[in-house]
Amino acid sequence: MPKIIKNDKIISDDWQLLAKDATLEEMGNNPVIIPLNLWQSAKEQLTGREQLGIWLDSDESPESIATDLDNFQLIAINFPVFADGRGYSYARVLREEYNYSGELRAIGDVLRDQLFFLMRCGFDAFAIREDRDATDALASLTDFSDSYQIAVDQPVPLFRRR
Amino acid sequence: MLFLDQRGHCGIPRKTMYQYDETDQKFLTERVSQFRGQTERFLKGELTEAEFLPLRLQNGLYVQRLAPMLRICIPYGMLNSAQVRCLAHITREYDKGYAHFSTRQNLQLNWPLLEEVPDILAELAEVQMHAIQTSGNCIRNTTTDQYAGVAPDEIEDPRPWCEIIRQWGTFHPEFAFLPRKFKIAVCASEKDRAAFQLHDIGLEIVHNAAGEMGFKVYAGGGLGRTPVIAPVIRKFLQPEHLLSYLDAILRVYNQLGRRDNKYKARIKILVRAMGPEAFAEKVDQAWSHIKDGPATLTDEAINQAKSYFTAPAYDQIVDSTAESELQNQAAEDKAFANWLKRNVSEHKIAGYSIVNLSLKPTGIAPGDVTDKQLEAIADLSDAFSFGEVRSTHEQNVVLADVRKSDLYVLWQQARSQGFTTANIGYLTDMICCPGGDFCALANAKSIPVADAIQRRFDDLDYMYDLGKIDLNISGCMNACGHHHVGHIGILGVDKKGKEFYQICLGGNAGRDASIGKILGPSCFADEVPEVIAQILDVYVENRTAEESFLDTYRRVGMAPFKEKVYAKNN
Repeated sequence: MPKIIKNDKIISDDWQLLAKDATLEEMGNNPVIIPLNLWQSAKEQLTGREQLGIWLDSDESPESIATDLDNFQLIAINFPVFADGRGYSYARVLREEYNYSGELRAIGDVLRDQLFFLMRCGFDAFAIREDRDATDALASLTDFSDSYQIAVDQPVPLFRRR
Repeated sequence: MLFLDQRGHCGIPRKTMYQYDETDQKFLTERVSQFRGQTERFLKGELTEAEFLPLRLQNGLYVQRLAPMLRICIPYGMLNSAQVRCLAHITREYDKGYAHFSTRQNLQLNWPLLEEVPDILAELAEVQMHAIQTSGNCIRNTTTDQYAGVAPDEIEDPRPWCEIIRQWGTFHPEFAFLPRKFKIAVCASEKDRAAFQLHDIGLEIVHNAAGEMGFKVYAGGGLGRTPVIAPVIRKFLQPEHLLSYLDAILRVYNQLGRRDNKYKARIKILVRAMGPEAFAEKVDQAWSHIKDGPATLTDEAINQAKSYFTAPAYDQIVDSTAESELQNQAAEDKAFANWLKRNVSEHKIAGYSIVNLSLKPTGIAPGDVTDKQLEAIADLSDAFSFGEVRSTHEQNVVLADVRKSDLYVLWQQARSQGFTTANIGYLTDMICCPGGDFCALANAKSIPVADAIQRRFDDLDYMYDLGKIDLNISGCMNACGHHHVGHIGILGVDKKGKEFYQICLGGNAGRDASIGKILGPSCFADEVPEVIAQILDVYVENRTAEESFLDTYRRVGMAPFKEKVYAKNN
């Protein structure tokens, strides 16, 4: 079973990630993360399903699921390339504007050197790119001991704590 | 040299600039060790070029034509003498003994070794310096008026606000991978010395009708391939909301800015595409969720930031006495008089002056300094200006607090170091990028063109007669030399492997900013000085008594310039 980092630990992951063009027929009974378009096309059938997750691509704003959040136990945000930083804002919007409290997972080109910032923006799970070592990556979550500005991990800015 | 006092402040004894506490210092240490690890992994092949690229860029490291280039951050242009000495040391030990002041008030090294960059950063950290976010698609160094705190026309000192922005933007987790680089400038005076309307965000300190201080917010300005003067997106922002509003602007840009084409990725393209009103509305929407939240600045935080930028211990001086002595000295020494008139500016405190050290002598690349000169700058600042130094976006250096009675001695000492070319604001005080001699992006060389122009116009009386003229040179469309906003702008272009130069006229970086228009077909490098001479002739022939070059251009238009330059060529 693949490993992911979740809540600062490396754990086995039993969620199945469906491809962008997946159909309802491909869904078994296992925990599954479906693409946005499948959700949008089969919302009625899928509403109320247990262990349902959804993933957003970097050009799919969380606005598109703003009223559906209760259906998802997990939201994943895809980084097609690590330098595409839209997902950082999506994460903060989900956490801070929509008060989403389920698992928020970074998928795609997820690398050690971006982990600290991803964590600060509200991601609590990281599917490190398969060719990289998750244990190495874990170390980067403590690159910095504090931060100047507010984010999901630290809602009080340093200027209020000095 | 470094020690921590009881409040945890590092012991660099300067009261007029921000001083790190233990937390600030720890961030730098952690950053250095993070980058050391990243560099080691890159050298071991564990990080690819592409993965290492943004990491090194966000630590100031480019890979250039001949060697890596390291851009060291000078937050809003402020330095103390200990920092300048450290820069001298690094320039000598890790480079070839010279460095370059950039148009973002930063300092660039041209020849560092990639393997040694972590060591350089560690040395910088000891004097509270770094290269964080001096490159890459992130929030860059905030710039401001080099006369901040001492200009007579200032509404309020912009530096505390720059420092507040610096802290907010440093390692901002949400905005480290923006569509493109992001530059903020703050202007707080009547005369704009920060070119703030040509930034991704320009913040102008203003007073509202009730006399309260706030910010007029401009967004979507910039140079590069598509020069744009920023529109206003908010007429008055209460100061306590500064950071949440900045967050809102960046959040909209981060999500909606184009990522498919790097030449259309700056915020100016987004603001233009949406229209400033629609963009402002989108920002307001994003802001509504975070306004009045914890990022709201407290009075305490604002006052604390202000407490670092107090006035130095000025002497009580009778200005008329100091002034008359100065005039006597000037009357006896014409070279000093020239310098006094051109390189010394008015100070808000009686008996004091602002001194500009020109880094534009003929024969030296504009903005370049040697390690010895850096040491000399540090010495001059200790002797004459409370140990404080400022870099300018025009690539010169300012000593902001010099007693008028010290000017003559300072001038003599500065002259021996080559800092007294009396040309600040005049034709030979050019803004010039490193160009094709150093930069991998450049299409053409720019330093030799600047040199040829300086040699051609070395007659001081002629230069002074022309009055103030901004001549800016960029070696490519990326416009690091700000050619679009030079009264005369020169752009290096590449046509089929040959270097050509396109001239534009009528640009201006001041408060009444304008983008220059292209004169006509481009010319060869060796023709540039002659073309400039013809342009200046047209100005001299057409000007009225009080008109500057820009005034005349704006009145007569492009036609007479075009006629003269191209008629003769034909």
